[in-house]
Amino acid sequence: MPTPDSRRGRRARGIEPSGIRRRDLAAEALAGVLQRPARSVLTMLGTVLGIGAFVAVLGLTATAGGQIDKRFDELSATQVTVADVGTGVPDDPTLSFPADADQRIGALNGVVAGGVFWPIDQARPRFAATPDADAPGAGYGDGIRLYAASPGALAAMEPTLRTGRTYDRFAESRRERVAVLGPGAARKLGITRLDGNPAVFVNGSPYTVVGIIADTRRMPELLSSVFIPAATAVQGFGEPVGPRASMIVHTRIGAARLIARQAPVALRPDGPQLFSVTPPPDPRDLREDVGRALDSLFLLLASVSLVIGAVGIANTTLVAVLERTPEIGLRRTLGARPRHIALQFLAESTALGTLGGLIGTSCGVAVVLATAVGNDWTAILEPWVVVPAPLIGSAVGLVAGLYPALRAARIEPADALRR
Amino acid sequence: MSLLRRRNRQARSAGDDALGRPMTDTPVIRFDGVGLTYPGPPPVTALRDCRMTVERGEFVAVVGPSGSGKSTFLNLAGLLDRPTTGTYELDGIDVRSLSETERTALRGRRLGFVFQAFHLLPYRTALENVALAQLYSRVSAADRRKAAAEALRRVGLGHRMHALPTTLSGGERQRVAIARALVNRPSLLLCDEPTGSLDTSTAGTVMDLLAELNSAGLTIVVITHDLHVAGRADRILAIRDGRLSADRPSGQAASAPQEPHAHAG
Ligand SMILES: Nc1ncnc2c1ncn2[C@@H]1O[C@H](COP(=O)(O)OP(=O)(O)OP(=O)(O)O)[C@@H](O)[C@H]1O
Ligand SMILES: [Mg+2]
Repeated sequence: MPTPDSRRGRRARGIEPSGIRRRDLAAEALAGVLQRPARSVLTMLGTVLGIGAFVAVLGLTATAGGQIDKRFDELSATQVTVADVGTGVPDDPTLSFPADADQRIGALNGVVAGGVFWPIDQARPRFAATPDADAPGAGYGDGIRLYAASPGALAAMEPTLRTGRTYDRFAESRRERVAVLGPGAARKLGITRLDGNPAVFVNGSPYTVVGIIADTRRMPELLSSVFIPAATAVQGFGEPVGPRASMIVHTRIGAARLIARQAPVALRPDGPQLFSVTPPPDPRDLREDVGRALDSLFLLLASVSLVIGAVGIANTTLVAVLERTPEIGLRRTLGARPRHIALQFLAESTALGTLGGLIGTSCGVAVVLATAVGNDWTAILEPWVVVPAPLIGSAVGLVAGLYPALRAARIEPADALRR
Repeated sequence: MSLLRRRNRQARSAGDDALGRPMTDTPVIRFDGVGLTYPGPPPVTALRDCRMTVERGEFVAVVGPSGSGKSTFLNLAGLLDRPTTGTYELDGIDVRSLSETERTALRGRRLGFVFQAFHLLPYRTALENVALAQLYSRVSAADRRKAAAEALRRVGLGHRMHALPTTLSGGERQRVAIARALVNRPSLLLCDEPTGSLDTSTAGTVMDLLAELNSAGLTIVVITHDLHVAGRADRILAIRDGRLSADRPSGQAASAPQEPHAHAG
């Protein structure tokens, strides 16, 4: 027989600590959550709201931002405006754009079309469909404006024609007296068809109408105007003084900012400073401006919800610990160590948080999808938003369970069973 | 040495049959001057200088008035509390030197507990409640269910395995609790007022079951107020004011040896 001391030592080493399988721990936690479903659902509410708001806000911001980007890509991102600022000498009527401005700008790689235009207001044009000044529809200032526009400028507006055609470079170079009507001007002048070679009379001088525009993609504010070739306008009304001339350039996607840099030199290598160029806004700036204001407010709300969710889970878990004190005592008699008790309650609160996170993520995704479908948008849900969202729920549950789990682990089995 | 090795293996395999253990000469419980004073304030000495042994295969009842220290005795025997004085050897192991982790492991594997309040989990079936007994022994779920079903059949509840505790009678609930205590094939079954919540006839059937388990070789200590219940035991120990008095033999007269080694013969 060994001595009591050596026996003790050996035996102590022989006793293997009790342990629990991970799967069993998970099953116990799930059973704990599911045994009081109504309470669990109420407990999860804060987490569901918080995570749901988080996903919805980020998803909606991305989706809305995507729409801005899209519109931006299609129009603004492919548009450059070059304004003639002149030499700065007051009332200097000299046109800074060269006569071959259309061709110079068109020669740049990345330009679809571009041309010069300006309003002719100083001549106070009066319009009529007949030479007779008293004919109906004549009148001055009916909202109809006269515009000088080179063929390139008309093309850059991307017009769809109701009938006829726009004038070409040939007509411009020959200073032909032709006109293209915007739909508003055509309606007011009563010119709907071209078969009788109709003319529009501007201050009594006839211009043959060669085309009527139905719509334009750019500068829709010019839809009630009458357009005549720029060279014809210079001949008839002089160079622009009031509002000076501008050039509108339609570029290919991605080329706009480059064209904006190149245009002044391409137009006037001898005087690029005569122009002021408006490039399209940087898409990133645009999205961030819209995004930031929304994001920070709603993410703050989402965080508040998450904190409330964490407090809710912590509270419920603490109540569960108190309610289930005899169960804790029993488990200790069955060989559970304090850490097993702590792990069980921690796993339960984490399961609650994860479940809340999953439900919240689903709700958030549903909100984003519904909004996108309702607005005919493309829903944009970044994986970095959707994937970690339930994990945030888990983290909330884990943190919320820490204190109750510690409390549970500290309960002495003898005290627990005395209840 | 070989003895030791076998014992270690048993500890690891968590539950060879109590009868199959080779050391039948070692008492299951040996209290040598065990006492417990709750620190208070005020300090309460709930058990003092307790000397007794419980041999393997014995059926012992502990009786005493309320507050006399019966539950304290059971908590000490069940490794739920540490004595403030004296030595306690469980299955020949001096538990004073064990770490809390080792005491917990020993508690789970070598001891079965039955309580007056049953302590069944209300949302789990009888089978799930019993299967809980091996949760902390890393036994697979399938094996746990198998062992639980066997234990339930052993206590005559093979037909109520999937019933929730709320649908079981008091006697059935206590039998489920006994089945749970049996699953790990403990060296010792500790019962604190097992019939305290039951009427007389139901108490009788539960005691019949305990007597049957004892005759199959299980060592049992029952704490009770009820002298009818105590009468079913081989031996009755009385506690009064924290002092364990000389044990009276019950039923067939034992040689009634005196303390400290009441049944060392
Ligand atoms: N945690 C504790 N702290 C202080 N005193 C305690 C504690 N637990 C029990 N006591 C006291 O120790 C004494 C013995 O208590 P114990 O629970 O062992 O009595 P009992 O014999 O089981 O009584 P009953 O039959 O009523 O269950 C009592 O006086 C009790 O008040
Ligand atoms: Mg008691």
